[in-house]
Amino acid sequence: MEAASIPAGPRASERVRALIGTYGLMAVLLLLPVIFAIQDVRDDGNLTRLAQNVVAGISNGAIWALVAIGYTLVYGIIELINFAHGEVFMIGSFITASLVGTLGLTIGSSTVAIFSGLVVTLIVAMLGSGVLNVLIEKVAYRPLRSAPKLAPLITAVGMSFILQNVGLLWKGGNQQGVPDLVDAQHTLFTIFGVTIENADALSILVTIPLLLLMTNFINRSRLGKAMRATAQDPEAARLMGINVDTTISLTFLLGGMLAGAAGLIYAMYQTTVWYFQGFTGGLIAFTAAVMGGIGNLRGAVLGGVIIGFIQQMSDNRIGSEWTPAIVFGYLVLIMVFKPSGLLGEQTRDAG
Amino acid sequence: MSVAASQAPETPAKSRRGFEIPPVAEKLIIPLVIAVIAILMPFFTDNQSFIQQCAVAVAYVVMALGLNIVVGFAGLLDLGYVAFFAIGAYCVGWFASGYWAYANNEKGIHLLVGGFIAEREGIHFNFLLVLIIAVIATALAGMIIGLPTLRLRGDYIAIVTLAFGEIIGRLAVNLDSVNIGNTAITAGRQGISPVDRIDLPFLNPFTGLNLKPWYWFALCLLGLVLFVNFRLRDSRMGRAWIALREDEVAAVAMGVPAVKTKLMAYASGASFGGISGAFLASLLNTVNADQFQFSFSILVLAMIILGGLGSIWGVVLGAVTLSILNNYLIPDVINTVPADLGLSFDMTQITFAVYGFLLVIMMILRPQGLLPERRHKMELAEHADTSDETLYTARA
Repeated sequence: MEAASIPAGPRASERVRALIGTYGLMAVLLLLPVIFAIQDVRDDGNLTRLAQNVVAGISNGAIWALVAIGYTLVYGIIELINFAHGEVFMIGSFITASLVGTLGLTIGSSTVAIFSGLVVTLIVAMLGSGVLNVLIEKVAYRPLRSAPKLAPLITAVGMSFILQNVGLLWKGGNQQGVPDLVDAQHTLFTIFGVTIENADALSILVTIPLLLLMTNFINRSRLGKAMRATAQDPEAARLMGINVDTTISLTFLLGGMLAGAAGLIYAMYQTTVWYFQGFTGGLIAFTAAVMGGIGNLRGAVLGGVIIGFIQQMSDNRIGSEWTPAIVFGYLVLIMVFKPSGLLGEQTRDAG
Repeated sequence: MSVAASQAPETPAKSRRGFEIPPVAEKLIIPLVIAVIAILMPFFTDNQSFIQQCAVAVAYVVMALGLNIVVGFAGLLDLGYVAFFAIGAYCVGWFASGYWAYANNEKGIHLLVGGFIAEREGIHFNFLLVLIIAVIATALAGMIIGLPTLRLRGDYIAIVTLAFGEIIGRLAVNLDSVNIGNTAITAGRQGISPVDRIDLPFLNPFTGLNLKPWYWFALCLLGLVLFVNFRLRDSRMGRAWIALREDEVAAVAMGVPAVKTKLMAYASGASFGGISGAFLASLLNTVNADQFQFSFSILVLAMIILGGLGSIWGVVLGAVTLSILNNYLIPDVINTVPADLGLSFDMTQITFAVYGFLLVIMMILRPQGLLPERRHKMELAEHADTSDETLYTARA
């Protein structure tokens, strides 16, 4: 009884601020879909176009989710934005494009050949990107672990530029076509007037097993436990006998592998690769990670899907030249309303 | 108390090696000599393209000094600095060119301009007025960009500023298709060209044929900016910036107003970018959306990293060095080196890999820069000593 009389509750102004923090971001997120839904109902009398955006958004968002997980994992463990992560994703796409050419896969190849070829390509792209990410950590971040926080961030930007130019030299400055192996635009089936294309199916089919594997690995396995422990408190983890260096390398490996898989899906989905895709793609995925709450795996997936949806709506209705500006605008709005993201807990930096 | 005080000087830092420059020389003579050389330089050459490169280099120094306030003094990593270049440049494009040809019934709006320009259509303000407009506009933009980052710390600031820089760049390209009256807001990739040349009172208007006045004007801007920079650094505000950089929690506990101090850093850093952007637009005679890309922010960042974060003379050195590298060495001297080695690319293609490499190498081998700021150097050395104790210094 006595305990109940002590807390007077927060002041009104603080409560208002908390409300804005909680619902402001959601209101901002719902703004575009609601406007377009009203527009659709007025113009077409149904919501098919919006539903089509949702479907494309989910399959597109799956790519960003995979990349965003890389950001979130690394941020969770060493509190660093791995700026070069977008470039790792780009390299994944480039490995895919090159390997598809080397294996001689074309649209005309038999289904079995395409399927097994893609599986091989997926494995190589994942391994290549994962190893690249580990190397980046070894070269650019590990020597600076005790330096002020600005230092690894600056090397991260530097690495990103180096890799971008590697991509530029590898495939040239123009967009390069990739054989349309999965027949991306082909309609698989239609529900309620919404078409599901092969590309959508591919992205879902690759992403969901990978996500399940990843969450299981992190939640169940010994190494996953070590990762979570290191993320919580590196010093205590070290005292408990966890090899922090190995664990950090492992985190970069996992993040890079997911980015490599995302690179493959992107190459198949868009059927073009470009050295600059990593820069914009990385920023979009980072926005997704922040939107869900950085350091939070489920948040990264949620954020990826939401950003994919926003991107599709913007591409479809406003014009694709505005899409980056709109996505970055959302990034700024998240920072204004709720820096900890939709699902994230309060982090030390974005409190 | 007195015992401790008398014992303290017995452990002086004797580790300084090599010969030491006397402080008078360091503070007065060396800058004076460099200034005299810089001012007299145009008398010994008539090579216009060389003078243009020098003027561009001086403008870059001004820009780097502005970014140094935000990154070096206040410790807020700004990756969207190109936004202020863009805003400064568009101030010239909008207020000092024939771009708004339909303004005022095609008669044009003129303010304090003389000569043939006073007859032209479009909006024509005197360049000094445009500079003031650019300073105000960029300072406001800096504050607006700073506002959402106030609650954040560390790397989030980098991303938000980067996002802002990209948004401004996108706007510069895309607003080509949005009209006010009969004219697009920005000319996008075509660019606003020509723009008015600088026309100062009591002097002949500057022309594109003789670039020496441009260079001297840039030097005047640089002198002004250097003066402001030194005064700001040693002011109450400057010390507050450095305190925030070193330890935000402690600084706020000591009564440093974090919001005001950070906003001031953004605003003053941005306004230098605006000054430089306006000058560059007038010098290069075009305002083109392609100039305002992320890589430019990185170029300016690389300048201050190379010279030394927070060190004013270091930033001057870094900016001059990278300007030479960017405008002369890479395109003219070592451009064909990869081709000579049997590789099928030119140096200009991988310019930004060079800067990226520079950032990584500098951060790993010499994070304090070429001419380090004393305090920053000490901070880095201190961190190195305690590295065994704190695996991650990230936690406060």
